[in-house]
Amino acid sequence: MSGIYFDESIISVDLEATSSEDVLRSMGRNLYDKNLVKETFTQAIIDREDEFATGLPTSGVSVAIPHTDTEHVNAKTISVATLKEPVDFGVMGGGPDETTPVKVVFLLAMNDSSHQLSLLQQLMQVFQDEKTLMTLANEKDASHIKRILIEKLSLDFKGGEA
Amino acid sequence: MAETKQVLVACGAGIATSTVVNKAIEDMAKEHNLKVDLKQIKIAEVGSYEESADLLVTTAMTKKEYPFPVINARNFLTGIGVEDTKKEILEELKK
Repeated sequence: MSGIYFDESIISVDLEATSSEDVLRSMGRNLYDKNLVKETFTQAIIDREDEFATGLPTSGVSVAIPHTDTEHVNAKTISVATLKEPVDFGVMGGGPDETTPVKVVFLLAMNDSSHQLSLLQQLMQVFQDEKTLMTLANEKDASHIKRILIEKLSLDFKGGEA
Repeated sequence: MAETKQVLVACGAGIATSTVVNKAIEDMAKEHNLKVDLKQIKIAEVGSYEESADLLVTTAMTKKEYPFPVINARNFLTGIGVEDTKKEILEELKK
């Protein structure tokens, strides 16, 4: 599958969570319910985040890009959550106690280790664009978040089918 | 001209952040006419390159000691301070 599954149903606005694990559990369960990932995905993503944190202290608001091995994924997708209150994530490549208050989470479910360079590069462009990040962080309408990301990531997306 | 350097680019899964960093170093080497042997790997695989590698650029910093320099690649993702990180990598490549 070359396309990416992306629609409002995997975008959460103002998600309420008390910890990064809480965030990942909620996002992972949603993807599993839609059969986009395997049952093992949620635990795998929590374990990976624990070992290699993915919080990024980007300008404006911090983001996190949790991801794990391709074997836990059924369909390539990016699930997005804006958090009602920021939640501390470990900093990528940081010390064991270094955290950053994350406001937007991009959960990457990748089923193919190649052919995603341009998607990732464009995602990093979004991270380096403070204005777009702030817009995403404060947007209350999932369909607007979807529209912004489809444009910014030039997504060749598949919605409504898994 | 300096000999070909083997550069390891590693992240936890070897699929996401290392992909972006790998491309950035490739472009940088081309621009400066430097020969690099880039290996995009998982951090867990670094051990098998311990004999041959000249540099490790990673988003998954470990406490482990390596016989070659380690550069934190996080700035490639956030864009903050990325020019300094590039300079640091270039200096290693030119050694």
